[in-house]
Amino acid sequence: MPPPSATVDVGPETAVPSRPRRARRTTLVLGLAGCVALLVLVSLLSIAIGSKQIPLSTVIDALRHYNEADTDHVIVRSLRVPRTLIGLMVGAALGLSGALMQGVTRNPLADPGILGVNGGAALFVVGGIYWFGLSTLTSYVWLAFLGAAAASVAVYLLGSLGREGATPVKLALAGAALTAMLGSLTTALLIGDVDTFDQFRFWSVGSFAGRGSDIAAQVAPFILIGIVLALFCGRVLNALSLGDDVAKSLGQRVGLARAFVAVVVVLLCGAATAAAGPIGFIGLTIPHVARLVTGPDYRWILPYSALLAPILLLGSDVIGRVVALPGELQVGIVTAVLGAPFFIALVRRRKLADL
Amino acid sequence: MTAEAVHVIARARTARQTRSLIVLVVLAVLVFATFCVSLSLGDFKIPVVDVVKTLFGGGDRATEFIVNRLRLPRALTGLLVGTALGLSGAIFQSIARNPLASPDIIGVTYGASAFAVFAIVTLGLTGVAVSAFAIVGAVLTAFIMYVLAWRHGVSSYRLILIGIGIGAIATSITSYLLTKARVEIAQQALIWLTGSLNGRDWSNVRSLAVTFVVLLPVMVLLVRQLRILQLGDETAYGLGLRVEGARLGLIVVAVLLAAVATAAAGPIGFVAFVAPPIARRLTRSPGPAMIASGLLGALVVGLSDLVAQHAFGDTQLPVGVVTGVVGAPYLMFLLARANRVGSGG
Repeated sequence: MPPPSATVDVGPETAVPSRPRRARRTTLVLGLAGCVALLVLVSLLSIAIGSKQIPLSTVIDALRHYNEADTDHVIVRSLRVPRTLIGLMVGAALGLSGALMQGVTRNPLADPGILGVNGGAALFVVGGIYWFGLSTLTSYVWLAFLGAAAASVAVYLLGSLGREGATPVKLALAGAALTAMLGSLTTALLIGDVDTFDQFRFWSVGSFAGRGSDIAAQVAPFILIGIVLALFCGRVLNALSLGDDVAKSLGQRVGLARAFVAVVVVLLCGAATAAAGPIGFIGLTIPHVARLVTGPDYRWILPYSALLAPILLLGSDVIGRVVALPGELQVGIVTAVLGAPFFIALVRRRKLADL
Repeated sequence: MTAEAVHVIARARTARQTRSLIVLVVLAVLVFATFCVSLSLGDFKIPVVDVVKTLFGGGDRATEFIVNRLRLPRALTGLLVGTALGLSGAIFQSIARNPLASPDIIGVTYGASAFAVFAIVTLGLTGVAVSAFAIVGAVLTAFIMYVLAWRHGVSSYRLILIGIGIGAIATSITSYLLTKARVEIAQQALIWLTGSLNGRDWSNVRSLAVTFVVLLPVMVLLVRQLRILQLGDETAYGLGLRVEGARLGLIVVAVLLAAVATAAAGPIGFVAFVAPPIARRLTRSPGPAMIASGLLGALVVGLSDLVAQHAFGDTQLPVGVVTGVVGAPYLMFLLARANRVGSGG
């Protein structure tokens, strides 16, 4: 798929869309369709490929005529399908929440973690292991979600103290500061206890391994609602990106808009972190990739982020399962090692659309 | 401009300069006080007065041994590491014109960490060898970053994004190595990754001191250019600044400071991030408050090390565990108090 042109249309706004504008919209829609096709392909690969080699015909059989007695069918249905679903959901959630976060803080370095999501989730999971001896992934899910939500609320309240409310800079600084604090507390627990550290180091890499349909079902409602809400945020983010004063004069209720976006980020990123552990990089970089393709319009950035992120994440997961047979590389690691060079190449090649 | 306006501006400027000066003096006193207290505490407590006397060469032999031989290297290492991190953070945040930019985010410390963890986990090294790996890692990361960001010059924005990309690779290599190692060794690596001042001796102080002696004059020369650079590339060009040269010089200084600090004490987190914004808020400086940042860095590390060493009875925590808890709340307090429009930046 040739990347659509990234030239920014600076023509005057007219009632009837001008020609290049319409052509541009067509390219963007086509690009979006291409992304969907690619995503479907990657999802199928993720179901078809794994550490146990299963012929494609059997895989298709397992999807169409499920036979409980056949172990291959069981592998496909109970391991690979939920894993792929989780990958899809987590990817979309991370990509979207990254774009939302960068939009709402107007800071290209903001990622969902800046709201304290990863820091809070990590501290609660470590606390759960340390004090209550929890050790199952299902128990981590709620803890992580709770931690993410608590930390985000704290960051938001801190960032919105003072007369002018939650300005982008204050939000970003408050988030980074609280993340720093939570990180310190987490490390303090880990340093004192080898067993906790031993469990935590595997959770903290970010992985889809061992996540079954129960976890997929746990996080699905949050992520699906979050995705729907996020896709409606484009217009709001466009207004916010003009700066608070302009946004206000355009009739935008800035404080309310920001709080709403923050809630959506917590839903999405909290659930994603709960399902797969803290996966960095995607939330930060995918919105930049999307922006290179679409220009600064969030109505396009959001859907592109929602599609590009799971493509990268699922693709990385498939590769991670193939390269390290019979074991597997955690998806968080593969994502960064594969995604970063690609990201760097993109950043080098194109003129960046600044925020 | 009317004479009255000139007068108003001059008065405001004097007020700000006085404020900066007071802040600097107070910070310096606090740093020195923390320094002396950390020298006085330990298994054998020495009154602060005697510590000061010993420092200026008037102590008896026992206190001299304890203060100068045992405790001074650690305290000095902390002081210098903190200053280096504060300065490095101030430079990075000003070049990038972004309060979230710091050597941590830019990827330099992550590169150092990946190399050091490789040395600890895979090669089984300890001590100075790990430090050497860390320095190589930091410098190499910065170099690759700069080369990759070069395209008819380096834009700060591109530099940061590429730094993030490289940082992501380095971090994932680090966590991969951690999951592959035996848990005891991984734990050891975790302590290094947290940043610790335990068991630092004069060799650490020496390498830090040499770095400072070399870099300080360069820094003094470059600070003026940093102020101009902060106005944005276009304005800086317009004012006749050789933007690429100035930026390269500043980056080299900031990277070296971060690298040497990381090699000496591990990647102590949050100091480089937290010191500059606090410094700017305290001095109300529109530009990078370099000296105040350095002092604040030293203060944060000094206080954190006091807490880490003495607040938990017999268990000595690595200093990096505490820095986040010491620096962050104060920054949050300052954020909460800033209620004038526009002062959030």
